[in-house]
Amino acid sequence: MASSAAENQDFPSLSVERNADGQAVVKVAGAWNLRAIQPLARALREQLTGHTSGAHWDLSDVSRMDHAGAMMLWRAWGKQRAGHLNLRPEHEGFFAHLEAGPALADLRVKPVERRRRLWVAGRSVVTLGQHMIDVVLLLGKVSLAFVDAVRHPSRMPWKEISANIYRTGAQALGITALVGFLIGVVLSYLSAQQLKAYGAGIFIVNLLGISVVRELGPVLAAILVAGRSGSAMTAQLGVMRVTEEIDAMSVMGIPYTLRLVLPRVIALAISMPLIVLWTNAIALIGGMVAAQYELDISVSYFLAELPNAVPVANLWLGLGKGLVFGGLIALLACHFGLRIQPNTESLGIGTTNSVVAAITIVIIVDAIFAILFSSVGV
Amino acid sequence: MTGATDCIIEIRNLWTQFGLQVVHRDLNLCVHRGEVLSLVGGSGSGKSTLLREMLGLEHPTQGEVKVFGISLRDGDPAELNRIRNRWGMLFQEGALFSALSVYENIALPLRELKTLDDELIHDLVMLKLDMVGIERGHAAKMPSSLSGGMVKRIGLARALSLEPELLFLDEPTAGLDPDRSESFCTLIAHLKRELGLTVVMVTHDLDTIVSISDRVAVLADQKIAALGTVAEVAAVPHPFIVNFFQGERGKRALEGLKLPQPAPDAPLRQAH
Repeated sequence: MASSAAENQDFPSLSVERNADGQAVVKVAGAWNLRAIQPLARALREQLTGHTSGAHWDLSDVSRMDHAGAMMLWRAWGKQRAGHLNLRPEHEGFFAHLEAGPALADLRVKPVERRRRLWVAGRSVVTLGQHMIDVVLLLGKVSLAFVDAVRHPSRMPWKEISANIYRTGAQALGITALVGFLIGVVLSYLSAQQLKAYGAGIFIVNLLGISVVRELGPVLAAILVAGRSGSAMTAQLGVMRVTEEIDAMSVMGIPYTLRLVLPRVIALAISMPLIVLWTNAIALIGGMVAAQYELDISVSYFLAELPNAVPVANLWLGLGKGLVFGGLIALLACHFGLRIQPNTESLGIGTTNSVVAAITIVIIVDAIFAILFSSVGV
Repeated sequence: MTGATDCIIEIRNLWTQFGLQVVHRDLNLCVHRGEVLSLVGGSGSGKSTLLREMLGLEHPTQGEVKVFGISLRDGDPAELNRIRNRWGMLFQEGALFSALSVYENIALPLRELKTLDDELIHDLVMLKLDMVGIERGHAAKMPSSLSGGMVKRIGLARALSLEPELLFLDEPTAGLDPDRSESFCTLIAHLKRELGLTVVMVTHDLDTIVSISDRVAVLADQKIAALGTVAEVAAVPHPFIVNFFQGERGKRALEGLKLPQPAPDAPLRQAH
């Protein structure tokens, strides 16, 4: 058996010699295994091109051989056995294997046919329609599960709801506070620059109050929660789908809409308005701080003026938006999570789609709110 | 051919601890070049952990694992990368890359060498598919559309694509039908003969152990409780071994071996 030192020195080589009858013999020697031929593959291929299966081949000095080495010679012979072949008996097996196999040519994996543009466009419309139908179906299933759970409160998944409120609400306080505060400061600072020019500094209260409470608070919180909790829900349900956990629940007679989807939707519909309230408060604090520095408007004046400047209907509208956004984000996250196929790529695409769809829907619904409630609170 | 140089894998004074739980206590093992070694043991006995430590996926708490004479913990990183091209691993669930087709999965290690041309890679992939008995028509399929047995055989084809000298198998026949397990064993035996392959295998399947292993290592009581040929190990009066080999299934599997069975009424001595 060759020691490892000999193996390293054993380069594959190829040379042409004359035999006793004066015929050219291609002499193949050294180690012809993948490890040895791999660094020299290009050079060996060039050397091999000149020789065909018609020549005499002498492989008796080959010290090591494996399928890759045999294949390289086999290809030089035009995928057939060389006519005059001298070979060590222990290497016979590799070539016998190649000979027995079906012809290696014309079995190349065909590249996927390029699809026509119209077909792609049509397909995406159909997919969008399918998504809409599926979301409505899921909403129906969740509503039925909710009605059922209200009738039999013992079936209501209280623990899951509470765990999800903690995960999507309490744990999101930090990030929403940070973003809310900074947006409040920036908005207040930039508005103050403009208002100062007209000597209308005190309107900063109206401007900040309405924009934050009615629009920015709910939308900002919804976008953050969609990115944070929505993607987590999609990934979680997706992995449960891949590992057949959802099938296991169905087999046990536990409806997954009741145990997985309903608690997420309820929890986010509860925690979202609370996060909106929190984001509003922090953003207003940020605005007050900036107003104090830029316009010399004191915090006490700001707080005293706020109820006059912003009708309380705006707050209710903002909280109502939060509730709707929360439910929608959770519903879409679950919808995309349940559609995930058992492979890693699908998990990535599903999570991305879930977040993109949730944010888009939030903004569309926000526009609908703006039109429907245009006469409220302004 | 005896002595330390003959060990393709050498484990010395290995301890593994998870928190306070000791999994391996001062364990020593030498895997000889060219043999098929089966690693058996009850669930939770640390077989898979030991396998992962041999692959360098986990490091022992204490002690040393040397593969091809290179320490997996302190070896030169470039050297360690080279030995990773000299071994192949078949994971229990196949661990195929789900984003790649069957063909791409097997071609990936060959492509990573960066020196082989696409046509040679193609022919080699097809050859590997033939070897593990997968029809070439499946080459374009994605792993998620394959059955468990096929995933396993494609995993083996991928493990073999770099023509390894050392092959690790984690439960290779679990989930295969008897006919497939039989052909799997034949394939491994054939490869071992043809390529001088060394195989380390974790398995519960007695038929597989009996049909292809040269030696069996029994992991129990945090160490190698017995090591030797199937016949030698089966005769050791350790409670786990007695249960494992002398149960109904064990007896059936061992029948083919014609080894001296202990008389049924002879009291079995407990090892501890």
